[in-house]
Amino acid sequence: MPHASAEPSPRTDVLVAGGGAAGLTLALALKSALRGQLAVTVCDPALSSPPRRDDRAFALAAGPRRMLETLGAWEAIAAEAEPIRSMIITDSRTSDPVRPVFLDFSGDVGPDEPFAHMVEHGALIEALLHRAREAGVVLRAERVLGVDTRPERAVARLSGGGTLAASLVAACDGAGSPLREQAGIGTVSWPYRQSGIVATIAHERDHEGRAEEHFLPSGPFAILPLRGRRSSIVWTERSDNVPALLGLDKEDLLAEIERRFGLRHGKLTLETPPVAWRLQFMVARRFVGDRLALVADAAHVVHPIAGQGLNLGLRDVAALAEAVVGQAALGLDPGSHEVLKEYERARRFDTVAMGLVMEGLNRLFSNDVAPVRLVRDVGLGLVDRMPGLKRFFIRQAAAVAPAAPRLLRGESL
Amino acid sequence: MKSMAAATPGGTIDEAEVARFERIARTWWDPNGAMKTLHRFNPVRIQYIRDHVAEHFGRDARDGRPLEGLSVLDVGCGGGLLCEPLARLGATVTGIDPAPTNVEVARLHADASGAPVTYRRATVEALVAEGARFDVVLAMEVVEHVADVRMFAEACCAAVKPEGMLFMATLNRTLRAFALAIVGAEYVLGWLPKGTHQWEKFVTPDELADALAGGGFRISDETGVVYNPLTGSWRAASDMSVNYMVAATRAQRPSARA
Repeated sequence: MPHASAEPSPRTDVLVAGGGAAGLTLALALKSALRGQLAVTVCDPALSSPPRRDDRAFALAAGPRRMLETLGAWEAIAAEAEPIRSMIITDSRTSDPVRPVFLDFSGDVGPDEPFAHMVEHGALIEALLHRAREAGVVLRAERVLGVDTRPERAVARLSGGGTLAASLVAACDGAGSPLREQAGIGTVSWPYRQSGIVATIAHERDHEGRAEEHFLPSGPFAILPLRGRRSSIVWTERSDNVPALLGLDKEDLLAEIERRFGLRHGKLTLETPPVAWRLQFMVARRFVGDRLALVADAAHVVHPIAGQGLNLGLRDVAALAEAVVGQAALGLDPGSHEVLKEYERARRFDTVAMGLVMEGLNRLFSNDVAPVRLVRDVGLGLVDRMPGLKRFFIRQAAAVAPAAPRLLRGESL
Repeated sequence: MKSMAAATPGGTIDEAEVARFERIARTWWDPNGAMKTLHRFNPVRIQYIRDHVAEHFGRDARDGRPLEGLSVLDVGCGGGLLCEPLARLGATVTGIDPAPTNVEVARLHADASGAPVTYRRATVEALVAEGARFDVVLAMEVVEHVADVRMFAEACCAAVKPEGMLFMATLNRTLRAFALAIVGAEYVLGWLPKGTHQWEKFVTPDELADALAGGGFRISDETGVVYNPLTGSWRAASDMSVNYMVAATRAQRPSARA
């Protein structure tokens, strides 16, 4: 008897490895469809403690925000989110006293719908956890140690000593994804020699919901509006310069920030100590394996130049959830080759295109060569004068283009 | 081996066809194997069945288990490609096939996947004789393999409960079907084993309607299924010149009643 030797593992339909924003949203999206028929389990050792309140804030584009609204998680996040009502882009030397505005994106995606919101990481995770629990997602504070794949199912070994069989494993386990490594899926990557310094700044005057991106020679410097008179800065700097900058005493550091931040917002104070993240570009050679889907950072890491990291991950979630639910709605295997093919087809182009655009933008702007400045400024100026093209950029940035997955358009599955 | 009690020779079964299917039965569940085309085709026919059954019985097609509580008979179930999904949608499914290997493959797979399906090596005529009746009877991609379409259709009709539904899918006997389903799919593209289909056994929609009328049924919906070579997928469409599916219900008043 071939069955007798194998102790049957407990079974779930979809096992989500990693309880970050992407993993939790995926679990919630799957559980919210088909009247909760799919069994969904999230495994992450971090689930044993309350969500870490870190200082990162994300720009959540309109499409992914609609998805969170459809899934019932937005209301709780909205209380702490700040709409981005307009966005300006400048291209200047750091020392220029006045930075002419080359591109001014203002306007909403739809009536009363800003094209993005700034959301703080802790609030996002807390809201998603609450909704996932409410919807009936099984949350286990365990690590997925490895996955053995058989034709009919994947069997995960968990850090608690048990096993769990699943039709599909979604690896939402971050840029260094152990499950991706184990599946033998390689990556293409290169470091940028740039780091992102992130901090929360309080300022005297109101930001009026305006996001600013200043293309300075060392890299883009972004100011993103938070609740109250606060902003999150994402300061891209050559990695060589970072230790010296972070080693400055508070006054000098603040002066450096002020040089880049500008004076429009009045006096600045540091709310949190700045933290540096090394930037890289990484894309997995494949987004799927046998009964395995790589999601969000496990599949790709892009330059944060346009704040697209979280949004790209949530676009993955929307596409994967749609493929899985479409299949399950027909009683078909949610981890089948067909589902995975559909997911990869839906995401691969978008991701690589976005990655290369970010890469190109960064290379184009992170320098101070006069002819290059001229070309890019003429380019940005042209975009600013062509309403159709600008709307295209806004809609792309908001991820609500017509071909987007249903969840991003605010429809349920 | 199995006891011969379950065997029901004769009737509308073509013995040569049964033997041929046994040879390929082992590969039923390999999505890239001999049945690749059927795997690709499967979502279209499941959706067609699910949506029409949901409508007929007043269910919500997307509620996860729209077929809850309905009995379904899949005639010519093969390896169970249709039975398992329908069972997951809530139906109580019985799959029958005259080929013992098919039934064995289907049983093994259902055990491994946990889908509750009852499989039997039997013919629809035998089930009708036992008095078994079902809410939904399916004969998908079967008509073109049977020896006598009229007798087979009548037996399928007889297995349906008074308010139930019957679904059939088959290949139209057109030149296009010959070119695509036999020359194209079997010889040029190698999607199907050579000899899977014989064009003379293909059935036109009119002939199928006649055969169903003989069983007291009327076609309530019909659709073509066409292949999109760019996406490699199948979809329902109005073109019925090659593959097509029909849904049928009992005609209001049985014809030819004295």
